[in-house]
Amino acid sequence: MAIDTSDAVPSTAPARTPVLSVRDLGVDFYVDGQWYPAATGVSYDVFPGEVLAIVGESGSGKTQSSMSLLGLLPQNGRAKGSAKLGDRELLGMSAQKLRQVRGKEIAVIFQEPMTALNPVYTVGFQIIETLRTHFDIGPKEARDRALELLRLVEIPDPDRRIDAYPHQLSGGQRQRAMIAQALACDPKLLIADEPTTALDVTVQAEILKLMRDLRTRIDSGIVLITHDMGVVADLADKIIVMKDGRVVEEGSSLSIFTEPTHPYTIKLLDAVPHLGRSADALAVETAQAETSGTTAVDRSTPQATDGPVRETVLEAKDMVIEYPGRRRQPAFRAVDGVSLSLKQGEVVGLVGESGSGKTTIGRAVVGLLPVTSGELRIVGQNMVGASANDLKPLRSKVGIVFQDPGSSLNPRLPIGESIGEPLFLHRGVKGAEMSRAVERLLDQVQLPRAMRNRYPHELSGGQRQRVGIARSLALEPQLLVADEPTSALDVSVQATVLELFQDLQREHGFACLFISHDLAVVEMLSDRIAVMHNGRLVEIGDTAQVVNHPKDSYTQRLLAAVPVPDPVAQQERRLTRDALLEAQRDELERAEIARADELTVASETADLDAHGITDQGAGGHTTGRGF
Amino acid sequence: MSTTDQQSPEGSATDSGQSENAIELREVAGLSQGQIVRRRFVRHRGAMVAIVVLSFVVVLAFSSVGIAGWTGWWRFTPNELNPIVNGGEPTLMFPAWLGGDAGIWFHWGLHPFGQDEIGRDVFARVMRGTQTSLIITATVGLVATGVGILVGALAGFNRGRTDDILMRITDLVITMPVIVIGAVLGQLAGGNNPLIFGTFLGLITWTTLARLVRGDFLTLREREFVDAARVAGASNSRIMFKHMLPNAIGVIIVNTTLLMSSAILLETALSYLGVGIKAPATSLGLLISQYQEAFSTRPWLFWWPGLMIVIIALSINFIGDGLRDAFDPRQKRIPSERKMAKAMLVDGSAARASTTTVQPPMQGGNAGLGPS
Repeated sequence: MAIDTSDAVPSTAPARTPVLSVRDLGVDFYVDGQWYPAATGVSYDVFPGEVLAIVGESGSGKTQSSMSLLGLLPQNGRAKGSAKLGDRELLGMSAQKLRQVRGKEIAVIFQEPMTALNPVYTVGFQIIETLRTHFDIGPKEARDRALELLRLVEIPDPDRRIDAYPHQLSGGQRQRAMIAQALACDPKLLIADEPTTALDVTVQAEILKLMRDLRTRIDSGIVLITHDMGVVADLADKIIVMKDGRVVEEGSSLSIFTEPTHPYTIKLLDAVPHLGRSADALAVETAQAETSGTTAVDRSTPQATDGPVRETVLEAKDMVIEYPGRRRQPAFRAVDGVSLSLKQGEVVGLVGESGSGKTTIGRAVVGLLPVTSGELRIVGQNMVGASANDLKPLRSKVGIVFQDPGSSLNPRLPIGESIGEPLFLHRGVKGAEMSRAVERLLDQVQLPRAMRNRYPHELSGGQRQRVGIARSLALEPQLLVADEPTSALDVSVQATVLELFQDLQREHGFACLFISHDLAVVEMLSDRIAVMHNGRLVEIGDTAQVVNHPKDSYTQRLLAAVPVPDPVAQQERRLTRDALLEAQRDELERAEIARADELTVASETADLDAHGITDQGAGGHTTGRGF
Repeated sequence: MSTTDQQSPEGSATDSGQSENAIELREVAGLSQGQIVRRRFVRHRGAMVAIVVLSFVVVLAFSSVGIAGWTGWWRFTPNELNPIVNGGEPTLMFPAWLGGDAGIWFHWGLHPFGQDEIGRDVFARVMRGTQTSLIITATVGLVATGVGILVGALAGFNRGRTDDILMRITDLVITMPVIVIGAVLGQLAGGNNPLIFGTFLGLITWTTLARLVRGDFLTLREREFVDAARVAGASNSRIMFKHMLPNAIGVIIVNTTLLMSSAILLETALSYLGVGIKAPATSLGLLISQYQEAFSTRPWLFWWPGLMIVIIALSINFIGDGLRDAFDPRQKRIPSERKMAKAMLVDGSAARASTTTVQPPMQGGNAGLGPS
């Protein structure tokens, strides 16, 4: 049962028998008196030490077909066909036997570690539980083994973390704990269901690195379910592409990326926003650099595209936003001394990890959060200490598109009413006039007019986000805050929504603060990019400059962590990233020490969402930023 | 990226619509939230039966002895004295197929529910009592829901001081024994107007609902659509009542039904203790209290009001159950194994029918593959 935790790579087994062989697997769901196929005719083999990626959009049946292997379908689901683990048939296996297979021979890494780990038990307990369910070992032995596993997944300070509850760990650490639990019984097959979707780019890079390390060490087959081509390029050996429950293309990673044949695969690959695509922007930048030598923080540099002097719609100077403390907890400073300005018609991308304060800025700009100190003027309105009445006129000048379209639309209102609400509240538009206005807005976001009477739950994610955009544009705002508008969407849907967004921006000419953690998306849309880290603005500059010649070390790390959907280029990027992290190691360690001091001073109970804990990896290799 | 998607707007919209969670949506396609709830409710057999029974009881109670000036279709009034027939025993006889001896149909007779010792018609009295109890139940439901929603919504929405004050008041009301307070208030309110009595009961039973609504509002106010409404410029009261309240309606309706079924029992208890409704008015609890000495000699005086209480409380509970299931989106109906297998056989259109391997029955219970 022991996993070799040393760095030594085991000699690859010469016998190539598949761990899992799936033949003609089908999954059906019984809904409302009828059977609907979620997946049909799926066949593949997974060999030991190999990563098979199943790629497809939400609803393509990729998750359900994998869950059927474990008998984890919902009660109205049925699987058919054959799936053999070694020489045992998994489908139709008795519940008791299946229980022995689960966790021990097939393990799953779920998408959302926060919900997949039980919040009332320590991570150590949960790993030990898995171990003691399947092996006859004592509590002490199991604990030692759990520690060993936590070391294997490179959680910093495992002796302490083993007794931590899930909420005390950061997202990346949680995901590592999940992986440790999955590896506990040395499974033959590991199913990773979107293991990095819920994580930040830098954390994602770390988890991918870990998984890559692990596959050489544990020699189990890995099924990677994802829609992110960048992740696939980073990890996969073989790829199968699924659409509407069918496998439309399969092949080796390299062949799919270099010469995709099926139109859907091509579309999927094209939809992925590439980083550093803007060659023309680069030209502009070099031209500018020659003339003026743009500095990063110099906001007064006149833009090349500037016609008449454009009105400033957002002006922040040393803005500080704090979340008030409760009782003994001190106030939390989410945004610390940020200066930023936006001119009419300009798109500025605000990038950073979760917890960096970018969403806080967005909410402060639309007046949902009070500014603690400093200065913030939105379209001439001073936001510091403004009362609800002062803000009333402002509401018609700023709009916001929220991150999660499912949550930002009132489930009890038909979408036509949601879109029309700002119009009704500010202009008192009613009746036929309202109908016309709503229809016009729906046209603008390319939704059929008939949809106005639908309810949000009937719409797909992409359609809901279009509705969100339509609502934010209802009053023709001068400034629009887009708070990760596409992070909850599939890649291909994201592409169409972004395109729509660009068109609308060109047409209406509103200024836009585009908040995102995805640099590639921001690069596509923005004129300038501002990078945030731990509540501070570390770099701001023209898009091409930030993307191609980042000045700040954090920006460099952020850029290096973005996976590109090309296995060859990705390999190169990995190497440069490792080199970069090595080069910045000293600085990172200093930051870590400073932060650790801060933490101990602040509070024991404070959320240990530690950004930037240097990894004390097993086997003495330092991997830089571990999460 | 502009090269990738040059579809028509309609095309791209419907395209993305199909690809995502299409199967789960199939059940709810084209329906509003209200329609979905209604559909699920109608499928709940217990609740539907309960609705029919309850409506029957309501119609019977109000039409038989009438209300206000109207006298109704029944031949006796609750308080008139009649010559005692058959020793006061019920003249109602069950038909043969129910184990009685009345031939193939019910035999009603002059006093189907019997008479009390001074000759009053029990049917008329029970109907009048049911009427009063129903009015009280409805009033309690209305008043408690109103107060509960208001207090809960204000506390949950404003948080902070308002929340503290309102919740401490709620705690205060909770700690006071309902029976005692009800007795005092009922006494003060004058015991023969069910509306006033119900209102006072409502004023002490709103606490559970207030807490639940507060809890719901605390979570709802963090949802993004509330922020969206605020950015759109909606006022606080609009956010509370237009945006948040409809989203809490499930909790509210379910709780109101449960509250109402406990209200009928509370009224019964108070009237039984002699502090509720007073003669000449009557209620189910008062009837039981008045006839308790006759338990051994004339047991039917006891049966009928008891039976009505059970019927009403049960029906309301069943309706509440049905509503809870209908409003809870997490409660997926689990289709029966037989139905699913049948549908699979019928569905010969797909190649599925020939190759299917429906899960064999499993030992060791439900493992998530379906009911074993």
